[in-house]
Amino acid sequence: MEPVVHLRSAVSLLGRFPALAGVDLDVDRGEIVLLQGPNGAGKTTLLRTLAGLLPVVSGTAVVLGHDLVRDRRSVRRQVGLLSHSTMLYDELTVADNVRFWARAARSAPADAEAALVALGLDGRLRDVAVDRLSTGQRRRASIATMVARRPELWLLDEPHAGLDVEARDILDGLVRQAAASGATVIVASHELERAHALAGRSVAMVGGVVADGSRSPAPATVAPEATGVA
Amino acid sequence: MLRDALLIAGKDLRIEARSRVALNQVAPFALLVLILFAFALDPDSGVLDRATPGLYWIAVLFSALLAIQRAFAIEASDGNRDALRLSGLDPAGIYLGKVAAVAAQLTVLEVLLGLGVVLLYGSHSGNWPLLIATCLAATAGIAAAGTLYGVLAAGLRVRETLLPLLLLPVLAPVLIGSTRAFEAARSNTTAEGWPWVALLAVFALTYIIFGVFGFGPLLEES
Repeated sequence: MEPVVHLRSAVSLLGRFPALAGVDLDVDRGEIVLLQGPNGAGKTTLLRTLAGLLPVVSGTAVVLGHDLVRDRRSVRRQVGLLSHSTMLYDELTVADNVRFWARAARSAPADAEAALVALGLDGRLRDVAVDRLSTGQRRRASIATMVARRPELWLLDEPHAGLDVEARDILDGLVRQAAASGATVIVASHELERAHALAGRSVAMVGGVVADGSRSPAPATVAPEATGVA
Repeated sequence: MLRDALLIAGKDLRIEARSRVALNQVAPFALLVLILFAFALDPDSGVLDRATPGLYWIAVLFSALLAIQRAFAIEASDGNRDALRLSGLDPAGIYLGKVAAVAAQLTVLEVLLGLGVVLLYGSHSGNWPLLIATCLAATAGIAAAGTLYGVLAAGLRVRETLLPLLLLPVLAPVLIGSTRAFEAARSNTTAEGWPWVALLAVFALTYIIFGVFGFGPLLEES
């Protein structure tokens, strides 16, 4: 079976400068992989590259069967990216935002409703404008828009940031559920204890390259000092 | 493409309906411009009446700049441009949707400004079919070119000041054509007005074709 993500010596540019300096990585369908590394290691850049937002200028980069070197746009509809930005329209309600992005991704209206319910946004919050939400509620709404799109590849950049314990547990449950149903998940996180409990294996990044992409399972707990994570 | 255009236009108009920026800020600005023209040009001397078509379209262009900037400001906040790229929506559909939303807002503004020139300047109307055709063709041209230049400027830090510099010279043919067509409509020399409407239609069609093919690469670079 072909891996969902197959990178060999992949070089990606951020502006004119190489941000990924020859990454090798394979991720299979249904895997949950943790990306770890210090600030500036290239985790966010790798996620944005896999989402087709940054160009791959050399090497091999195949995601969900799409060659990113030749065409990085075609993969985008199948990918869900949870980034530092919420990617929400402030003036629209939570439900409007989730429905809009679900429709853009050709998902069924029922998927949008299911995502709202899953994130606990089906009550009074569904009709509240996003600019009136707290940071944590905005984050929940952002996750709901991603889940509603039913992506085959989940790219999560610091997914637990800004969430309360309940929302973190909900997110982890959704990730496990997605992986069990065949989606692939790549998580970049500094919250190692929770992320290790979620991931099947971890990949260490340093200076824009994968320092250790071994397929050995992630340890149950890793001290930040041991990994060099800031 | 059409489905994506309707989705984007619906979203942009829903945001406008909630925020009311065009209604509460752009429309008062446009009316204020008309009032200032009236202060500057003595209404009793007849200059104001003769200059009404040009002043009307200058007010429309200034208002259009604000509407176009607003159309891309909502995509600039909190990673929405990335979300738009990731959505998988057809870039041509995004472009046409944005054009439709800007055109709808401009149409409302033009009606308000039309009432403004009648009430403030005491201006008379003229040949209605020519006036309406001019408004439709000019609005389409302003929205089509404005949306294309709007996405071009959207990714730049100086977008607020750069967009007028880029767009106003490009819209000069629209200003000339629509003003001449309005003058013809008001003086009941309609035969002289229709060629200008044809020019406006060609301008709009040219920019729509450019936009359908060029918006995607510009969105990627912005």
